[in-house]
Amino acid sequence: MASEAERAQAAASTRNAWLLSTPALVLLFCAAAGPLLIVLVYSFLAKGDYGGVAWNFSTDGWVGILFSRDIFDDTLQLADAHLTIFWRSVKISLLTTLITFALGFPTAWFIATRPPKARAMWLFLITIPFWTNLLIRTFAINEMIRNEGVVNSFLQGIGLISEPIRMINTDLAVLIGMTYVYLPLMVLPLFAAIDRFDMRLLEAGYDLYASRLQVLRHVILPIVKPGIVAGSILVFVPSLGAYVTPRVLGGGKNMMIGNFIELQFGQGRNWPLGAALSIALLLIVMIALIFYVRAATKGSNPHG
Amino acid sequence: MADRSFEVSRLPGFAATAILVFVLLYLPIITLAVYSFNAGKSIALWEGFSFHWYANAWANEAVKSATVRSLIIAFAASAIATTCAVMAALGTTRRKAFRGQTAIYMFINQPLMVPEIVTAVALLILTGVIKAWTGYQGLWYLIIAHAAFCVPFAYLPIRARLEGMDLSLEIAASDLYASPWQTFRHVTLPLLAPGIAAGAMLAFVISLDDVVITEFVKSAGQDTLPTYMLGQMRRAITPEVNAISTALLGLTVILLTAFFLLTRKKS
Repeated sequence: MASEAERAQAAASTRNAWLLSTPALVLLFCAAAGPLLIVLVYSFLAKGDYGGVAWNFSTDGWVGILFSRDIFDDTLQLADAHLTIFWRSVKISLLTTLITFALGFPTAWFIATRPPKARAMWLFLITIPFWTNLLIRTFAINEMIRNEGVVNSFLQGIGLISEPIRMINTDLAVLIGMTYVYLPLMVLPLFAAIDRFDMRLLEAGYDLYASRLQVLRHVILPIVKPGIVAGSILVFVPSLGAYVTPRVLGGGKNMMIGNFIELQFGQGRNWPLGAALSIALLLIVMIALIFYVRAATKGSNPHG
Repeated sequence: MADRSFEVSRLPGFAATAILVFVLLYLPIITLAVYSFNAGKSIALWEGFSFHWYANAWANEAVKSATVRSLIIAFAASAIATTCAVMAALGTTRRKAFRGQTAIYMFINQPLMVPEIVTAVALLILTGVIKAWTGYQGLWYLIIAHAAFCVPFAYLPIRARLEGMDLSLEIAASDLYASPWQTFRHVTLPLLAPGIAAGAMLAFVISLDDVVITEFVKSAGQDTLPTYMLGQMRRAITPEVNAISTALLGLTVILLTAFFLLTRKKS
């Protein structure tokens, strides 16, 4: 039984904890979490004539995600243009996740198996691009693949092609750019998982006459699974909401959800639709994160 | 069966893939940096070394004012974010678990979880309303918005540092009749300083690099360096943007190196 004094002390400690956290909480409420509530409200309002909203309840914003209203007979039809954009976003995000994994796993493995000093150096080399401005990295890719860029000039220079290969403003350009900018986000959690891995297990599997492939499949993969899940979520989530990379490399036509949302607040002048799209994107991300937390807590205890 | 010994570092193809990845990661950035010193306009043809594009960029009034604006915002936002983060870290570490602790963690890390475009849209709506009400168009919108998403980046290294510090020195100080403030000022703060510096640096870099939220919140004529560059990229690209990128890149690398030296564990 805790004494009266101990309980009072614990209460004071909790009060202090909250008091000290208050400035951060207020700041985040005013400029990060709170405004999301306004977006939720806006998604249920009617659209204003010149952008903005009219203060009448309406579900048009949410309906507009999938359907468009025929201007003549007022019937609802599936909005093909919207579906194309969602499909492109999902497709590019999934491909980005797959490619970053295919490249990132060997890289993380390579770093984790270096001697300690060299490992710190390789890790630092991965971290620099990670913290480098995303816009600059996107711009660097732009300089590589545009028509007068490095790749085309090089190929033309050695006479392999006579006309530049048009890569910029295509889905491929966006995919290359996304893979490039999000690769470190895959390598770092994979490295953390592999680094904890007891390499003697490999030798054990190998001594018991498992082939390399069997070792990979039955020994390595189950143990580094939390890292795989973490890396995939860390790449997939920002890919899905990407704005800068598709805008710079995809041009105006190859939009992803992020650019589509911006369009509604700009030329599209359909704020409720933009708000509904934002909330929908947020919900998808939250579901992915919950999935991640579940998988991570389940996987964190592989040896019982 | 003599060669069935297992060399973990030699899975077939792994090292080659890893080296290829590092080359691919650095080739574009290094090309960008090298050609920012090119005398000519091309990204593919080297016409001699020159600071021409740096001089050009610096002579450009728009670049100059965007640079100053970026620095003002980054300094102010990282100062506010770091102050809030230090207090929150002191509040949430080194005490018994209390109710709401997880909620505070979640709230502080919230900017890391929400897609930036969603926060940007939310702030666009909010600042639009406030701008219409008050008529104020100044930099504070950007400073507050930046400060908010910088908080988790400042908080994490500070908290990590605090968790590694035990309470015995602080208890000793208060046993010697130091007031709580004196204990904080003369014992906790000096010990915590490397964590604070690291957190502030990360916050500074994050603020300096931000594009999306800035693009949505800024009033007319309030370009920061990244939003200026984004605007330029829609037009014909000149090596001037190369030069600005390389300068920003250099600053980031310097700050990051300092960050790693500060947080490096002494083993």
